[in-house]
Amino acid sequence: MSATSDPSKTDTGTMPTIRPLRLGALRRRGRLLRRLWSDAPISVIGGVGVLLFLLLALIGPYLTPYNPIANNFAERSETPSLAHPFGTDNFGRDILSRIIYGGRNIFALTGSATLIAVGLGLVIGLYVGYLGGWIDQIVMRLIDALLALPALLLTLLLLGALGNSRFTVLVAIVILYVPIVTRVVRSVVLDIKTKAYIEAAEIGGESRFHILFREMLPAVLPTLAVEGALRFSYAIFLVASLGFLGLGVTRPEPDWGLMVSEARDWYALSPHMMFFPAAAIVTLVVCVNLMADGLRRLLEYSEVD
Amino acid sequence: MEAPILSIENLTVAYRLQGKWLEAVREVSLCVSAAQTYGIVGESGSGKSTLVQAVMGYLSGNGAVRSGAIRFEGEDWLHTPRRRREQLWGARLSMVPQDPLSALNPALTVGEQIAELVQRHTEDTHNAAYGRAIEMLRRVKLPDPEGAARRYPHQISGGQQQRALIAMALASPDLRLLVLDEPTTSLDVTTEAAILDLFAELQDDHRAATLFVTHNLGVVARMCQRVAVLYAGEVMEDAPTETLYHKALHPYTRLLLRAVPRIGDHSTLQAIPGRIPSLRKRPSACVFAPRCPVAIDLCHAQKPPLERAKDGHLVRCHRWHEIAEGSLRVEEAPSVAKRREIQSTEVTFFDQLFSAEQNGAQATIMRAEHLRVQYGVRGLLGRLLGKKLPFRAVDDVSMRVPRGKTLGLVGESGSGKTTFARSLIGLIEIESGEAHLLEMPLRGTPRQRTKATLKAMQMIFQHPEESLNPNRTVGQALSRPLMTLSGMARPEAERAAADLLRAVSLPADYLGRFPRELSGGEKQRVAIARAFAAQPALILCDEPVSSLDVSVQASILNLLAQLQAQHEVAYLFISHDLAVVGYLADYIAVIYRGQLVERGKAESFFTPPHHPYTEALLASIPLPDPQAKQRRIRLPDDQPTGGVPSGCRFHPRCPRYLGEICQRQAPPWHTDEQGRHYRCHIPPHELTVLQTEDGA
Repeated sequence: MSATSDPSKTDTGTMPTIRPLRLGALRRRGRLLRRLWSDAPISVIGGVGVLLFLLLALIGPYLTPYNPIANNFAERSETPSLAHPFGTDNFGRDILSRIIYGGRNIFALTGSATLIAVGLGLVIGLYVGYLGGWIDQIVMRLIDALLALPALLLTLLLLGALGNSRFTVLVAIVILYVPIVTRVVRSVVLDIKTKAYIEAAEIGGESRFHILFREMLPAVLPTLAVEGALRFSYAIFLVASLGFLGLGVTRPEPDWGLMVSEARDWYALSPHMMFFPAAAIVTLVVCVNLMADGLRRLLEYSEVD
Repeated sequence: MEAPILSIENLTVAYRLQGKWLEAVREVSLCVSAAQTYGIVGESGSGKSTLVQAVMGYLSGNGAVRSGAIRFEGEDWLHTPRRRREQLWGARLSMVPQDPLSALNPALTVGEQIAELVQRHTEDTHNAAYGRAIEMLRRVKLPDPEGAARRYPHQISGGQQQRALIAMALASPDLRLLVLDEPTTSLDVTTEAAILDLFAELQDDHRAATLFVTHNLGVVARMCQRVAVLYAGEVMEDAPTETLYHKALHPYTRLLLRAVPRIGDHSTLQAIPGRIPSLRKRPSACVFAPRCPVAIDLCHAQKPPLERAKDGHLVRCHRWHEIAEGSLRVEEAPSVAKRREIQSTEVTFFDQLFSAEQNGAQATIMRAEHLRVQYGVRGLLGRLLGKKLPFRAVDDVSMRVPRGKTLGLVGESGSGKTTFARSLIGLIEIESGEAHLLEMPLRGTPRQRTKATLKAMQMIFQHPEESLNPNRTVGQALSRPLMTLSGMARPEAERAAADLLRAVSLPADYLGRFPRELSGGEKQRVAIARAFAAQPALILCDEPVSSLDVSVQASILNLLAQLQAQHEVAYLFISHDLAVVGYLADYIAVIYRGQLVERGKAESFFTPPHHPYTEALLASIPLPDPQAKQRRIRLPDDQPTGGVPSGCRFHPRCPRYLGEICQRQAPPWHTDEQGRHYRCHIPPHELTVLQTEDGA
């Protein structure tokens, strides 16, 4: 038996307002976050971690005095110290600076790739799910075919065909993730398109655009946010793996995967060269996953409410 | 008198929600003795489900009995250890739940499930237990019990599933207490009648105490010897059934009885204003006082005790003495509803109402001719991917809806009544036949239709929960059709939306609210307002009140009647409930398996002759009057599988089955002197004689 919310609480004045009360929505969101903190604090920590990484990528370059690609043979392979908190590599480059700049690259690449994939997947999923019929059949079979290709194989093929560049990696990520996002969006759309309120909009003569983006989109958004976060973490993983193989990066641009790969030769002498970039990859991926879990929980709360 | 089987003493049950205890059941006391059927009536939110869960010991994790006691055969049931309870569940007390399909395990055959239960409480071998299961299925009158035992739950009909569950509940020979939680609510009325008969019959056998929980006042009147009326977790009144229905002392009971539509009674229903207070906001004085028309200051200040009015009649009201003396009137004086006299010109018009021939009557706003609708038709690609037999849900239905009138379309689930409406409005494709609205053809999806066609016809949906977008405010929901269909600019539409809300008796500040902040009845009011926003000529009402509580249902019906009188809009009112349709409709049509079987004017509809199916429907409705005399006609359960029967579609279930002719030949339409039309091989005069003869 769920208690209905107090109707008198939302009486703010005599003026009828049609647009939702933003203040109430914010307060609700604050309450949900507090509940998440008591249920699964680790997912809140994960979210904060992602924000910290993002902050570091945004303002980090202004904080660090070192150039991430300039060699400095006077300070080669130094262990962590106050001047170089993460030490230096075999060319004397500051590892912290390289991680910060590498983080910037990784956020720019995976972030934009994920956004494009989520955006495209959202639009395709909404249309295909809502229209149904033969369009749906054809698109979904195409998507099945794409999903049957192994991710790394497809990326390697594209890198061979389009050239070894960051842009190719972006294209690969988009091609890999659009089908997955499309499927998720479509499943939500299939669930709500038979609801009476969508039928009411149809017999109300609403345009397809209005039905898809005003009536349906709000219901898709929570699921989409969770899926987007998960895609983001997989994209980071993929980019790091490719970097490790020396793909999609141009030396001496700092890249976490490439840094780990290069540090392999010096593993015995300078383990810190490998440890810090590897730790950065692991921490970011774990944080993003925890954040995705938190988003999923928030989604469940609002469904229960 | 022997000791009661179940006694509940001063029971208070609460749920812990966000650190606070909220009482769902407060100080409830009652005793059920052997072979007695004790009814618990309440609307949603009255705490009846919580009471059932407490009695069964099924309370959810955050629920707890805060005070009071439950004794089962003298044993302190609340402090009985889990192990002991497990021995008793299914052996000495059992329950029949509301939704049969979700209560049965879909992975086991019906026979296996019952046998499993039997084996748990006896030393029987598997074979013996299975034999006992089949015997139980026979006792609950399942046709072909061996066959049914071998089937999986989804392979039998809803009524048969409920029979299987009853078989399971009664499988133990030592049964002492049977708890029935809305056991017939999800069933069709003809099936319900048969199941209720079965309960009564079986009780003569097992003689267990029965706790019958329901919201349906008709079912209680038929089944129970004693009734407790629950409101907001408290017992308002507790009396023998006869006394309760004829000499109720509590204002709530009296109003509730005035809110139920009754067949043949056209006086206005009286709705109870307001709604059941939520758990958080239960008044500390009389819980009903905020909605009570005769509440005085005392009622808002002090909680009335549950007093003994007469022998065995308990009531919780400060003013019951005045009500008992007759010096205080709770109900409004009965007034005869809006039903206008139908003039003779209208009668001739009515004759043409359902015929497929053209007539120039301008009064017709919608006409459908030989409409057929089919499900499961697939395109080329679909046929390549898989095969499924198409199913014709509407088969050759013709009807006309006159301007400003209500045509009630009655049928049970699966009869095609909703499909018919959905095909008119374009949510399902019309297979063949034609439909016109104000001379505009109704064809294609809503997108393919003109604005004028869309504007002229709107729909009110069954479930208020689903008919409003949870992410959009009431204002957004109302102003959209004003902008798209009536072509208003946004500020104008927002002003008009406030007017619409006022028209459905909701305050204007609801515009900023989201659907989750509204009660079910309020949501349905908003849905009605939205349908009226386009100023349509015809509104399709698809069971608009069937998911609402009785007291709310009455107010929605009255609202629909009032809006019709103001705006001259026509309704196609679809319902499974003949009493509801009889209250609102000017004309009534009955649909069975995709075909109309009877149609007539509402005022003469409830007198014979009837199509045998209508006759059975009328005989099955549980009347909210324990003294009501009703003919007893029971139909065999419908078979869920198999195609459309040949000849007359009703012949496999027909109590007036003539013989081969019914099986071979589709029956013709007959017309009696009153202008009623029905489709049967028995001519009107014979049918009239048959139907008045054995009626007492």
